[in-house]
Amino acid sequence: MNSFFSTNLPKFEQILVAIAAFFAILMVVFYLAGKANGRKQRPIAILVLLGPAMVLLTAGLIVPAIQTILFSFKDANSIKFIGLHNYTWLIQNPDMQKVFVNTLLWIIITPFVTTALGLFLAIMLDRMKRESVAKSLLFMPMAISFVGASVIWKFVYDFAVPSKPQTGLLSAIVRAFGFKPSNWILTQPLNTFLLMIIFIWVQTGFAMVILSAAIKAVPADIVEASALDGAFGWKLFRNITFPMVRSTTIVVFATMLVTSLKLFDIVRTMTGGNFGTSVISNEMYAEVFVRFDQGRGSALAVILFVFVTPILVYNIRNLRRERSIA
Amino acid sequence: MSTLKLANANPGRKLFSTRFATIVVWTITFLWTVPTFGLFASSFRNKQEIFLSGWWHIFTNPHLTLSNYHAVIFGSSSSTLSDGVLPYLMNSIVITIPAVIFPVVVATMAAYCLAWVKFRGSDALFFFIFALQIVPIQMSLVPLLQLFTGGAHIGSITIIPKLGIAGHFAGIWLPHTMFALPLAIYLLHNFIASLPRDLMEAAYVDGANHFKVFRQIVLPLSVPAIAAFSIFQFLWVWNDLLVALTFASGTEEVAPINVKLASLVGQWGSGWETLTAGAFVTIAIPLIVFFSLQRFFVRGLLAGSVK
Amino acid sequence: MSISKKGLLATVGVASLSLLATFVTTVAPADAAINCNKIIGPGYAQLKGKTVTMFTSILDPELSKYQKALASFTTCTGIKVKMEGSNQFEALLPVRVKGGNAPDIAIIPQPGLLAQMVATGKAVPAPAQTLKNVNKYWSPGWKGYGSVNGKFYASPNSANMKSLVWYSPKQFAKAGYTVPTTWTGMMALADKMAAAKQTAFCGGIGSGGATGWPATDWLEEVVVRQFGGQVYADWISHKIKFSDPKILAAMKTVEGWMLNSKYVGDVKAIATTTFQAAGLGIPAGSCMMLQQASFYAAQYPAGTDVSKNGDVWAFYLPGINTSVKTPVEGGGEFFAAFSKRPEVQELQNYLSTPQWAINRIATAGSGGGWLSANSGVPLSAYKNPLDQLSAKYLADKNSTFVFDASDAMPAAVGAGTEWTQLTSWFADGKSSADVAKAIDDSWPAQ
Repeated sequence: MNSFFSTNLPKFEQILVAIAAFFAILMVVFYLAGKANGRKQRPIAILVLLGPAMVLLTAGLIVPAIQTILFSFKDANSIKFIGLHNYTWLIQNPDMQKVFVNTLLWIIITPFVTTALGLFLAIMLDRMKRESVAKSLLFMPMAISFVGASVIWKFVYDFAVPSKPQTGLLSAIVRAFGFKPSNWILTQPLNTFLLMIIFIWVQTGFAMVILSAAIKAVPADIVEASALDGAFGWKLFRNITFPMVRSTTIVVFATMLVTSLKLFDIVRTMTGGNFGTSVISNEMYAEVFVRFDQGRGSALAVILFVFVTPILVYNIRNLRRERSIA
Repeated sequence: MSTLKLANANPGRKLFSTRFATIVVWTITFLWTVPTFGLFASSFRNKQEIFLSGWWHIFTNPHLTLSNYHAVIFGSSSSTLSDGVLPYLMNSIVITIPAVIFPVVVATMAAYCLAWVKFRGSDALFFFIFALQIVPIQMSLVPLLQLFTGGAHIGSITIIPKLGIAGHFAGIWLPHTMFALPLAIYLLHNFIASLPRDLMEAAYVDGANHFKVFRQIVLPLSVPAIAAFSIFQFLWVWNDLLVALTFASGTEEVAPINVKLASLVGQWGSGWETLTAGAFVTIAIPLIVFFSLQRFFVRGLLAGSVK
Repeated sequence: MSISKKGLLATVGVASLSLLATFVTTVAPADAAINCNKIIGPGYAQLKGKTVTMFTSILDPELSKYQKALASFTTCTGIKVKMEGSNQFEALLPVRVKGGNAPDIAIIPQPGLLAQMVATGKAVPAPAQTLKNVNKYWSPGWKGYGSVNGKFYASPNSANMKSLVWYSPKQFAKAGYTVPTTWTGMMALADKMAAAKQTAFCGGIGSGGATGWPATDWLEEVVVRQFGGQVYADWISHKIKFSDPKILAAMKTVEGWMLNSKYVGDVKAIATTTFQAAGLGIPAGSCMMLQQASFYAAQYPAGTDVSKNGDVWAFYLPGINTSVKTPVEGGGEFFAAFSKRPEVQELQNYLSTPQWAINRIATAGSGGGWLSANSGVPLSAYKNPLDQLSAKYLADKNSTFVFDASDAMPAAVGAGTEWTQLTSWFADGKSSADVAKAIDDSWPAQ
């Protein structure tokens, strides 16, 4: 145990030093920047508040994004420029059409279901007895590492030929009702929806927690005042609560949409992208890390950027409208 | 306590807590828990039984064993883990705490700036940052690692010297901070932008500068949103494999616990049954964090501040 | 945070002192007795205080056996070896190498990945002594898999023997079956089993993101058995296409074997069964035979009797065409270096000697599970009977040895379309002609 302490205590010292240094620098900068006055004050405030984020974003995401766009016009080893060849390959490949359709299904269905279910649960649980117990159980799937979750769902969707014992819960339930279980993961297009259930199971906790925080932020006096005015149940929700959490709902929806676009580990571990379940991000991962084709992988990543454009436009319009109301 | 009383006195309470709603909510909660329970039950069964019968047979035929937990905590019989998984658990904590604090603070500052210190193009910048969420972090790994090991150059001019932090904790904190920012800024901006305008304007009129407003009004009022985001950032970092494996190494000095657990399945995947126990060993700390941060979701922080 | 920093440092100081004390007392006496010339061989430089990092897909418990086997090298040369194993090795190695954070040595299981690493310009050719050792102890075939464009980079590490069929001697004895020695004999036995309402062959090709790889092995085994080593080599280099009548004929043989519902029951279920779970039913007789590599032994839970008359054992997958002499398919790993530092080259040299292989086999003990194709290793070095069986075929000078083709093909095929298309062959009943065409279409242009 002695060696354990001698190797681990310095690690905690590292944390303390790092965090202390971080806040100390912030305090000093805030203090100095606060001294500025007159016309310099605003630009300095912008620089200090936004600067760190922009530096980190540039190094971590913007430069790689530009590089990815460049790579998408190059060959597998990013040496030769090959024009639009990667894109034409993606469009002409017959298997890719299925991938695009699946991706569309994912982003149409899963953000909607997770957000709606999360909102429903957040409202229902608000002020309900044992709220924290139910919330913790609903939140649990988020806390389980994905490696664990993949084993969990194997125990649900597993299929064994009738002569062998069933280890899959779904098959056992179907059999208990006197029906013949099928090989779920293989059954198209059902399998794509079964994989979506895993996503919904994991992500609903996220939607619920964020929306619940928003509902709690709705001032109690507003709710009370409208309740006294005779607003109950659905009416209270529609006229008072929902408008107050509307912008958060949109934020959650947009986040879920981006998450479902980027998702690949569910597909990877459950089917490896086989049996007609692959999505763009899974293909992107496989091209870059398994088939070592940086060019095609980058082209797929660029297509993901394109997919997010509509939601971006929607967000902009929504924010503009809110501004005009306020 | 007063807020609690207020909640109980609220007549709205009964309206949604009808019996029907209660049943629906608990049914969903039950459905959500069954798969996890299956994993929990399986974690006490040996490999042969997991393979031969469904986990629900644990009720009729309980043959419970702690061997999976033993393998996770002390390592399998032939491996040489002197302190078991404990050093890796420590690493996970050391990685996670700064990787939550740094992005939360940086993002709150940026979100406040974008929401209240308006400038030409601040909205466009906000949407650009939102759009950055879609950049797959897999695409960032190589350029970022190159930056850490070689620095950044244009021609022969060095812009950033080589940081030499690959393989150190700082080399894991930094990428996690970078990758968390777009979502953090997006979520926190939504919250901070909806803070009451009167409150802010009153402060500006009183002569408070942006830093004072940020510290004394924005930060305290954003606690629920910060707590909500912190929970998720904590989970993502805690359960991350990719960043840790790329920027650290799998050695005892820096690797987090899931890197260790992932390697327990063995080269040919023959030890996958240890994952069942591993999932529950690693879930404990995130649940503690969830419980302790949940109390920040308090009602009425803003009560009275709105007309 | 109540601990003051001073107190913290004091604790650390005391702890490290006591650590030092234990270190000195336990390690010192053990060193004295070692005869370095005998154990690791002569001619190594003393490089005290140097460290070599190694990155590998090998995980515990195997990884700690490597560390144990390397202890004598550290004692004799002063060079420390730090090993890191990851199940994300294939994805991480290119990231680390391109990112400038390459390990000193990577243990690469696929010749295709080795070629990728050489293409980055960061891999370093093997030192002269390593090359000399490899010329002396390995067949030209093995040397070839460690070379890229005619230049030798990586000496072989362990080998695995793929041409095995797992079965239960107890179940065979109960039913009065005998181990077949010809392909037709094996099929006749399968017919007998089918008539007795038994599932003759187990199968599972599920493996997460790598789903399909066991099916590539089945096809490879048949290709070399029907047409021999030259056709196999031309198939890897795409001189012979998948749509070539020969490969299509081999696919037809596989269709009569692993895609034959008479023998395997539900063909589609093979696509969703994991390769790990595929043969677990053999001891109980729920299926009778499984073609899988020597490393499959690790899947059986502790307490399973893996022996000639026990719960499970393996026989050599028989040949098809008698003009192909003892076809054997295998896989293995290669030591690729990314540094020219002297300590790295000393280690590379050592890892190419029979002494290393013998030391490594010794740490495996009676459990075995580690084979080398190094011809300087006597068969008697293996303590495990299954290893002896496998090593006999690997070391056989007259056998037709071929390396796993999918690992040697370009990754776009060998880790891409071949996996997905063969999976589709099982799962969707896609015709072999369509499967072959899709794979050929995906072959990268040179």
